[in-house]
Amino acid sequence: MILDELVRRAPEWLRGVGPESDIVVSTRVRLARNLAEFPFIRRCNEADRTAIEKTVRDRIREISSWTDLLYLDLNSLSPIDRQFLVERQLISREIADATGARAVAIEPQETFSVMINEEDHLRIQVMHSGLDLNAAWAQINGIDDLLEERLNFAFHERFGYLTACPTNVGTGLRVSVMLHLPALVITHQIEKVFRGLQKISLAVRGLYGEGSQAMGDFYQISNQITLGRSESQLLEEVGDVVPAIIDYERKAREFLLKESPKDLHDRVSRASGILRTAQTISSEETMLLLSSVRMGVNLGLLTDVPIATINQLFIHTQPGHLQKLCGSELDTSERNVERARYLQDHLRNESEPPRP
Amino acid sequence: MKCQHCEKPATFHITELTGPEPVEYHLCEDHATKYLHASENAEAPAPTLAGVLAKQLKIGQTAEELARLDKKACPICGITFYEFRHQGRLGCPHDYVCFEQELEPLLVSIHGEKRHVGKQPVVGQQNTADQTELIRLRREMQDAVDREDYEKASQLRDRIRQAEQKQKRGGAA
Repeated sequence: MILDELVRRAPEWLRGVGPESDIVVSTRVRLARNLAEFPFIRRCNEADRTAIEKTVRDRIREISSWTDLLYLDLNSLSPIDRQFLVERQLISREIADATGARAVAIEPQETFSVMINEEDHLRIQVMHSGLDLNAAWAQINGIDDLLEERLNFAFHERFGYLTACPTNVGTGLRVSVMLHLPALVITHQIEKVFRGLQKISLAVRGLYGEGSQAMGDFYQISNQITLGRSESQLLEEVGDVVPAIIDYERKAREFLLKESPKDLHDRVSRASGILRTAQTISSEETMLLLSSVRMGVNLGLLTDVPIATINQLFIHTQPGHLQKLCGSELDTSERNVERARYLQDHLRNESEPPRP
Repeated sequence: MKCQHCEKPATFHITELTGPEPVEYHLCEDHATKYLHASENAEAPAPTLAGVLAKQLKIGQTAEELARLDKKACPICGITFYEFRHQGRLGCPHDYVCFEQELEPLLVSIHGEKRHVGKQPVVGQQNTADQTELIRLRREMQDAVDREDYEKASQLRDRIRQAEQKQKRGGAA
């Protein structure tokens, strides 16, 4: 199956390249759109949902530049496959856990996906590596144009694009930048940064969006407002605060290096040691330790692991990926053993022979 | 009195009035600091929909007005304002027209604005009334089927087909 190919690859947004990519992991933009001739999802019966899914699928298939898109019927996928897609950020937790007709179209490089029958009929998202707001917007704007030529989106001349929740109405645009901020967490300054961001109407979320805990010191900064500002204003508002946060994180790292270099080096080395030798390890502990290792590599304290490997391990050690990679269903304790094996395999020095 | 969360004496007695019902808390200094700190964060000007809705409806609405408003229903999808208030999600695009008065102050509390200034559909179909009509027809057909009024249902089915055809042509043009 094609999903299995996806598992072994790293998505474009996780390549860890681009300016400031040691701190800015990825840029994500999404648009919420609804078909004018159907009720919003909560008010749909199954016939409506099926009709929406079919309409959108048929129109997507007409787009000649999209012939290589992977179109997945989420209703017929196994829970592990859906979990895998959530971990990959290709679908939301909400659509994974929903029931009834729903689908996702995925571009093979994973730079964009279109969810069908999420909270809105369409949720289009574009994901790029590093800080890349304008290119991400240009891409999603083009995708939206292609779809709009073929579908009647609900639009109101004063309220803009209409959405099921009034918090998304207008542009329907959410701009998010994912940042890795371990030093701000260690120095207890992260709360202060967040309070500052909330004052200017920006939201802070964990790795997996709304309501998710910040795992592995990853945080998403995004706009809260969608109405009354143009898309370029919204991009700018998020883009404008990122350099300041990067600067805080760098200062915090410098502070740690200067004030307690031994403690910092110790933290990083221990994290690396546990990841290389543990026999059983939870997902939470893995994220926590990988975060320290990632910072250690970026600060030059660890030199024997490429950053791309670390980035990939964050995602490959999560439950869905782990089970897809080893090809069988595993319970929690089996996963912890498999995760430890996987980490050992991928963190061993290049000179050592691979384990048989 | 002991703190609700630990063995220390409760020196802070807080009555929380922001929820639907007043809630009392009896806390030691440490837990009170944590609690107050947490609600300070939660009340930052990034408001949640439920919070905004509750606040907006408390101001300037008597119980009777609210009861009347709650019964107001969208002629297209049938959702009542009460259902929207409780689920936090609207029923169809037409709700923005029929609940316009109620939604405007809500939009202002969430976004600080009530007028869209961004991208617009290129094709120039800015009035979605023709399309939302299909939502009403489908709902009426379903009701007719549920009532076993098959004659009515088949009439409605024909009208739906016509409307869908018209749309397809409109979309292709």
